[in-house]
Amino acid sequence: MSSQGIILADLDGDRTWRLADYVKRGGYEALKKIIAEKIPADEIIGEVKKSGLRGRGGAGFPTGLKWSFMPRAFPGAKYLACNSDEGEPGTFKDRDILRYNPHTVIEGMIIAGYAMGCERGYNYIHGEIFEVYDRFEEALAEAREAGLLGRNILGSDFSFDLFAHHGYGAYICGEETALLESIEGKKGQPRFKPPFPASFGLYGKPTTINNTETFASIPYIIREGGDAFLALGKPNNGGTKLFSVSGHVNKPGNYEIPLGTPFSVLLEMAGGIRGGRKLKAVIPGGSSAPVLPGAVMMDCTMDYDSISKAGSMLGSGAVIVMDESTCMVKALERLSYFYFEESCGQCTPCREGTGWLYRVVHRIENGLGRPDDLDLLNSVTANIMGRTICALGDAASMPVQSFVKHFGDEFAFHIEHKKCLVPPQVQYEGSKIYVA
Amino acid sequence: MLEIEIDGKQLQVSDGSTVMEAAATVGAYVPHFCYHKKLSIAANCRMCLVQVEKAPKPLPACATPVTNGMKVWTHSEQAVKAQKGVMEFLLINHPLDCPVCDQGGECQLQDLSVGYGGAQSRYEEEKRVVGNKNLGPLVSTDMTRCINCTRCVRFTTEIAGLMELGQAFRGEHAEIMPFVEKTVDSELSGNIIDLCPVGALTSKPFRFAARAWEMSRRKSISPHDSLGSNLIVQVKHDVVKRVLPLENEAVNECWLSDKDRFSYEGLNGEDRLKRPMVKQGGAWIETDWQTAMDYVVRGLKGIRADHGPESIGALGSPHSTLEELFLLQSVVRGLGSGNVDFRLRQSDFSADGRMKGAPWLGMSVSEIAGLDRLLIVGSFFRKDHPLVAQRVRQAVKKGLKVSAINPAFDDWQFALQNQLCVSPSEMSAALAKVLKALVEQGSAALSPEFQALVDSVQVDEQALAIARSLGSGRRVAVWMGNYAVQHQDGVALHALASEIARLSGGRFGVLGEAANSVGGYLAGAVPFGAVSGKNASEMLSTPLKAYVLLGIEPEFDLRDAVAARKAFGAAEMVVMLSAFKFEEALGYADVMLPVSPFTETGGAFVNCEGRTQSFHPVVKNTGDSRPAWKVLRVLGEALGLGNFDYESVDAVRAQILGASGSVDPFRLSNDIDIEPLNPAGVSQGLQRVADIPIHFADPLVRRSAPLQATKDSEAPFARISPATLKTLGLNAGDKVVVRSVSGSATVVVSEDEGVAAGCVRLAAAHSSTWALGSLNGEVSVERI
Amino acid sequence: MLSPESLKKIDQEIAKYPADQKQSASMSALRIAQQEKGWLANETIEFVAKYLGMPPVAVYEVASFYNMYDLAPVGARKITVCTNLPCALSGGVHAAEYIKKKLGIDFNETTADGKFTLKEGECMGACGDAPVLLVNNHQMCSWMTEEKIDQLLADLQK
Ligand SMILES: Cc1cc2nc3c(=O)[nH]c(=O)nc-3n(C[C@H](O)[C@H](O)[C@H](O)COP(=O)(O)O)c2cc1C
Ligand code: SF4
Ligand code: FES
Repeated sequence: MSSQGIILADLDGDRTWRLADYVKRGGYEALKKIIAEKIPADEIIGEVKKSGLRGRGGAGFPTGLKWSFMPRAFPGAKYLACNSDEGEPGTFKDRDILRYNPHTVIEGMIIAGYAMGCERGYNYIHGEIFEVYDRFEEALAEAREAGLLGRNILGSDFSFDLFAHHGYGAYICGEETALLESIEGKKGQPRFKPPFPASFGLYGKPTTINNTETFASIPYIIREGGDAFLALGKPNNGGTKLFSVSGHVNKPGNYEIPLGTPFSVLLEMAGGIRGGRKLKAVIPGGSSAPVLPGAVMMDCTMDYDSISKAGSMLGSGAVIVMDESTCMVKALERLSYFYFEESCGQCTPCREGTGWLYRVVHRIENGLGRPDDLDLLNSVTANIMGRTICALGDAASMPVQSFVKHFGDEFAFHIEHKKCLVPPQVQYEGSKIYVA
Repeated sequence: MLEIEIDGKQLQVSDGSTVMEAAATVGAYVPHFCYHKKLSIAANCRMCLVQVEKAPKPLPACATPVTNGMKVWTHSEQAVKAQKGVMEFLLINHPLDCPVCDQGGECQLQDLSVGYGGAQSRYEEEKRVVGNKNLGPLVSTDMTRCINCTRCVRFTTEIAGLMELGQAFRGEHAEIMPFVEKTVDSELSGNIIDLCPVGALTSKPFRFAARAWEMSRRKSISPHDSLGSNLIVQVKHDVVKRVLPLENEAVNECWLSDKDRFSYEGLNGEDRLKRPMVKQGGAWIETDWQTAMDYVVRGLKGIRADHGPESIGALGSPHSTLEELFLLQSVVRGLGSGNVDFRLRQSDFSADGRMKGAPWLGMSVSEIAGLDRLLIVGSFFRKDHPLVAQRVRQAVKKGLKVSAINPAFDDWQFALQNQLCVSPSEMSAALAKVLKALVEQGSAALSPEFQALVDSVQVDEQALAIARSLGSGRRVAVWMGNYAVQHQDGVALHALASEIARLSGGRFGVLGEAANSVGGYLAGAVPFGAVSGKNASEMLSTPLKAYVLLGIEPEFDLRDAVAARKAFGAAEMVVMLSAFKFEEALGYADVMLPVSPFTETGGAFVNCEGRTQSFHPVVKNTGDSRPAWKVLRVLGEALGLGNFDYESVDAVRAQILGASGSVDPFRLSNDIDIEPLNPAGVSQGLQRVADIPIHFADPLVRRSAPLQATKDSEAPFARISPATLKTLGLNAGDKVVVRSVSGSATVVVSEDEGVAAGCVRLAAAHSSTWALGSLNGEVSVERI
Repeated sequence: MLSPESLKKIDQEIAKYPADQKQSASMSALRIAQQEKGWLANETIEFVAKYLGMPPVAVYEVASFYNMYDLAPVGARKITVCTNLPCALSGGVHAAEYIKKKLGIDFNETTADGKFTLKEGECMGACGDAPVLLVNNHQMCSWMTEEKIDQLLADLQK
């Protein structure tokens, strides 16, 4: 964990997550300012728009714009949901935010509730990080105790309450409408859109969903102003962002850096490639983002626009680093298995197609590939992409397409020679992956 | 209105329409599986992808709302490519066993794969196998064929009202299933067979009986409940193989109750009566029609000569056709008697002669959708009227508030706003309380006939809540259920309910027990009018010398089986016109004449809303059986009674309804000349509440083996509320003898919170309970 | 069926949602029931359904959809190892293989003494700590080298 930014700055691991510590760091000042100065909702949304904050959950949608879609005047309940269902392989930033700085998320959500006229919020927390769920409950109790949550917050006429809802092992609940279904006590099957959550969300009421990191950025924006946040990054890519670096680096972990920082700098912060080996490939935005060859990555800066220009996505900011010891077929096989296992199963192309993709890649990896398998993979992914209810279909397809595109030779070698291009011993040294 | 262009055709559609709906109006077929017009949109099969201008990717027609100026292509290259891609995915794990699949020939997947499937599968991995599920005696499964469209799941949840099926597990492991070891017990369950677009859910009784293309499809009308569902009867070699719904939005929509769908299984059983039979010297012999008819004619003539025409009476089933009931009463009246009735389970006939017309629903079935307040009095609503209840369920989702007053409640699978549970003897007081509350609310003035009764009661919380509910409605209805009509104070309940409707500015209706509950009145099969006589109850309590019984199984279809057996046993002649040979009746009957069930005859039913629905025979007569209308016509002629020379069943109908063939609305009325009502005494003893379970209600359904194997056909329990069980010192599971004034029955006790205190709910129309005689009255219960 | 403590916990979860949305607590209720009973038998699922006023099959859908519910009995300690790509690159697969060897069982198996069940997990959102594993769903163990696995198994044996 290392920070040149605003969310993970000045933290001391597990020791400083409590309300008092947060207040010492300037916490809840933004909220107090809003309450004291009775800042109008529009102004808050305007500030968020100005900040250039883009959703940190993966899609990078401008947050201020999203907030402006909420029908503030809609009579009756409106809801807010925080997406802490971080299940995208490679992503582990929200866990650290919630572990070390939960109140910044709470404050961000209260402000969002104020700005959009919501009376209730839920934070949906990934099932496997249950300790974080318990801690968040504690943080909520602290906030409630201090009059920051509940009826008439800080003596104002604004009321907002917030609750934690835990997941229990389903990646798809990170998709925002699946997340809503899950809060409703159902299995997490995404809804067809339209209608969008802003008009038909939780319990059928207007709802806004943002990622944990997105909410965590809000207090700073309100406290210091949208322009200050924007200036931390670069135009259209405001602020700092957490990058979760994993894989073949010496110091895997979360790094909060200004958007626009060169990838090479981030790689260096993460201690460089393990064992002095050469960089082979990087998945720059979580497992759903297309893989890029190492050389391409080295020319990129870490922001939405640069990565997108290079043919991938900044996504959730999960940077999976693979060095030359990696067998790309095996790497794809594991990812394909993941999507096959995690498809919710409602859409025909995703339910049937993800299993097909996995089985073909598995076959290639196991020396049973056929000459036309790569064409088959490309054609099956083309039949999945853009034909499903949610983006998991695309998420499952993009790795396949990009691995085959950039590392086609390695796949061809596998098919022809029934074995890895990267010798098993080298693979073992790099990742300790046993080869049967 | 929105402008849209589909495949180059311009059209206007209303706001909120989907592309699928718009396409349907211009006849553009968009392939689909999960979409169904009566179910919520799932958009999961992805088969309906179409090209939309400016959309970067194909969109599902079923879920995409039309926007103004939208341009859609359903068969462009992009659309067809997407559809073909989806079809390939659907087929990779689908078994290619069409030649042995029951759905073969009527499978949407098979049909569409011809147009959208590839010649050869590119999928060479192992195919998925999914375990079959036991859904009960009606629906058979082959889950490997399932394409997870979830239509069946949505049906149970949305239409049947209880989620009995779900999609468990996820991804490729997703499986449609009931909760482990549970079956699908809804009385509407058979509809999931129609809904399943592949061969995953098929009819268990029909399994392997025939291939779709070998059967002819003939229209008919269900002879069971008072809705008159429209049927397609599928026939092969003159045998009914299967029954499907004939879509009629105004009546059954696209649904059927299981009773409508599977009762045909009772048509061809062992006990079909195939030849006329007469009893000679105590022994039954089969004979020909001539002999049997001579026997009947001689017998009736002799009895009339010896004892006078009033000694002859006839009882007809309300499941008989309009024409049959008309000719039955014509024969009786021709003989000079007025003893004819078809209201077999009714006990209060005090309104006879004071009715302004045939009691009916008071509104059309399709108007149910627009109601906002409804009070149901005395009804086992969901099981008595499965598809009307279904309509009410949909209306409830749109804001209809339903209240009910009953001596026993089941789960109707929709939310009741008010549920007033009182014993049978308290029902009229309960209605009077509601009436009083309405009066106090200051609606219109009360008719004086009710004053005494209303004065004798005190408004309570529940009555007030019901009155408030009705008073706040704008489209209100009050309905009498079968139980209320059969109630010992039926006429008082009728009058009270109708007054409640009047004071709440609503409409009053009678749901009606059987396919021809309205038609029987129009046919004149009642002991008042031209020649009056004894009603169904009097014919049993003051025995006659001769009885003609049409379509009746006396032990199960009459109000008091004990009295009936006594009366028939003492009569000189009992003539039964029946499709079935009734073992029990062989003892007291003298002649059995084999007549046709609905599939072998023509005629009409008038449903609860007054709609005449006629039908033709769909198969040839079984054995020597003949349509009852022909038998009665011949009987009339043989008896030398005039005006029996009808050439066709249509001519009989014209005689009843006039040339139009439909019911003159003036003949339908729920009005009666009311007489002042007095407070009824409240019974102190344990009272019986008898329901007529859905699959016990008529002779045909009682013979359908698969229906008799359902949960709804379990042998009756003595159902008692927990509090009353305690007072009686009984426990659920106890075996008890229930005694009435007429006899006893040995049954098992079950605990049922839905039963009013001080009551025993014990179903009738069953071999284990007929010996109790009357459907109501006091009983005692004793553990053995 | 469930202990008063469990029911109290479930009631606390129910209170988080609007009064007419009791079923929102289905996931928590199943979790709490599983913690008490060790796994989710059909009776348990039916009980939860009744408690929340839901159709049993709807609760079964939930119980079978989310990975962390166990629809069959598991050992006293369920160990779930993440083998997803980021973890695999840092020894996740190796950690799993090591545990398999030590316990003498494969994934989805339980040791003969009923103490341990081993499961393969998907991404736990802790890839930076690879190899990671979960003990009984709620206790996360990070940087699981062979030595740390030895230590953990020894502790859990107690
Ligand atoms: C399959 C899938 C998984 C997703 N997982 C996550 C996730 O774990 N966390 C997250 O914040 N967003 C996730 N998203 C994105 C959300 O749907 C949504 O866009 C996001 O939470 C919106 O918040 P933001 O605008 O603040 O980014 C996922 C989307 C898809 C399609
Ligand atoms: S794309 Fe896959 S995960 Fe998303 S809704 Fe469809 S089946 Fe479910
Ligand atoms: S019919 Fe539209 S997705 Fe199935």
